[in-house]
Amino acid sequence: MSISDEDIRAAKGRVPLAFRDPPAVLWRKRLLWLAFLGLFAWCIYDFNITPERIWTGLGRLGRVLSFMFPPYIWKSWAEFSEILNGLGETLAIAFLGTLLGAVIAFPLSFLGAKNINRLSFLRHGVRRSYDLIRAFETLILALIFIRAFGLGPLPGVLAIAVSEVGTFAKLFSEALENTSEKPVDGVRASGGSRMQQIRFAISPTVNPVILSILLYNFESNVRSGTILGIVGAGGIGFLLSDRISAYRWNEAWSIIFLIIAMVYVIDWLSGLIRARLIGKAEGAR
Amino acid sequence: MSAITKFAAPPQDIPEFETEFAAARSKSRRTWLIGSALFIVLFFFSTWLTDFFKITQVSMPDGSREWRWIIPAGIPRLGEYIAKTIPVLRWDTLDADMAEWFWRWKTWMKLLLETVLIAFMATSLGVVGGFILSFPAAGNLTPNKTVYWITRRYLELARTVPELVWALIFVFCFSVGPLAGVLAIGLHATGALGKLYSEVNENIDMRPLDGIKAAGGTWFDRIRYGVVPQVLPNIISYTLLRFEINVRASSIIGYVGAGGLGQEFRTAMSFQEYTDLSALFVIIFVTVVIIDYGSEKLRHRVIGLGVKS
Repeated sequence: MSISDEDIRAAKGRVPLAFRDPPAVLWRKRLLWLAFLGLFAWCIYDFNITPERIWTGLGRLGRVLSFMFPPYIWKSWAEFSEILNGLGETLAIAFLGTLLGAVIAFPLSFLGAKNINRLSFLRHGVRRSYDLIRAFETLILALIFIRAFGLGPLPGVLAIAVSEVGTFAKLFSEALENTSEKPVDGVRASGGSRMQQIRFAISPTVNPVILSILLYNFESNVRSGTILGIVGAGGIGFLLSDRISAYRWNEAWSIIFLIIAMVYVIDWLSGLIRARLIGKAEGAR
Repeated sequence: MSAITKFAAPPQDIPEFETEFAAARSKSRRTWLIGSALFIVLFFFSTWLTDFFKITQVSMPDGSREWRWIIPAGIPRLGEYIAKTIPVLRWDTLDADMAEWFWRWKTWMKLLLETVLIAFMATSLGVVGGFILSFPAAGNLTPNKTVYWITRRYLELARTVPELVWALIFVFCFSVGPLAGVLAIGLHATGALGKLYSEVNENIDMRPLDGIKAAGGTWFDRIRYGVVPQVLPNIISYTLLRFEINVRASSIIGYVGAGGLGQEFRTAMSFQEYTDLSALFVIIFVTVVIIDYGSEKLRHRVIGLGVKS
């Protein structure tokens, strides 16, 4: 038994809504698409995007991309050690920034957790202040710290540390809230004080989660650490923006590939550490 | 009774257990020691690289110079700087003070609109690119291994290089202005969204696809009628989330000349218009909060609709 076109037409006549949206939904969809396209077209007009501009831009982009091959290789150790130092600085910025942020955020996170801080007005106030800290862009923070500490990697460390305080305090306090009450009851039943409840019941269950958050944010900070140098806060970003503004594209591309390689290695290493330290304890959440 | 007698005569395997326990204990202690040593080495190496414990000369209040650790030495300067950015607002002359604080509001509003539009356009480009590439980049939908490998590497390249670096490159190619910012953020968003979308694609139910294949559908038919209806709610939710991120990104991308409010940060810094910095921060903060709130509401509605249907 096969269905002919007649049958389909008959079915469409009988139950039109099975084949098509009701008119109200249909019109709403059309209007949304029209608004979207209108806004997009207006953007193109407002940003003065002409085919000519795109064409010349693509031509230049092609020239820039052509510097990728053959890849630039640093001849002398003096040149290459500068690049290595930049990569090391980026990693050091990410490492110290993450560490410092975590050390400051850890005690603060207890204030934001529902099962530890029972004063709801204080808890909400603390949580809003985490949100406020997170609203600062790392790059803007770096600009501010450069004013106080001078150019170099130190402002980068502090910028990452401050923006991570907000993130970590939020994530840690959520991790604390996700722990089970049962171990706490156990410690309390055997006469443990509030501090002992936190130390022996909550802390063992949240430690793996905190470690996993730390590793994950370290990875993301390695990525954001690469751009801090563009405003002068040290690391590989400084060398990269320097090469780009000098139009040494072949060197710039090699630096970009080194950054990508570094990010890969860090992701892989932190995956290994995570699997080794936390792998089996993931169920502890 | 029997339990007591059991304890009274210790079984043979207790000494064995004791040795095993001691071995495990010393092993974990050794791991702990090695881990801590490694951590300390890493810590001091990175403090050395980043000048964290640098001792620097500072001026004391009485005019003399002293050697101090850089961090406590810099904090007063930081405080001074932040104090300078805070505007003078008096209750009696609030209107005039506010007008002075936001004295460039006409330019700023125009640039704010530009910032949001850059984010909008970049998100649209990122969605189109990420959506198209997410199908060849999903392990269960890809037509063949070569296409899969190429799209995956392309997406990784696009998202590993930060927006700001793409912006530096595009500012050179497409000249200063919002076009460079749109392309830079759009390219980064393509990489990030392509990865998220392809992960969504990998978690779908494959049975509808088999049905379409059995009815004679091509690869495109299978994607259009088998995959898209399943992933659409997730895609819309990720897209709105990306829009929030892109608004933040486009607010700083102007720092390298790629359009939006970021260029005002640079101007205010170099002209030492300190109160402008706080005004700009307030503008961006309020915008980001409004957009986050609106998109959260929309997202919840979309997810709710997705669950219902």
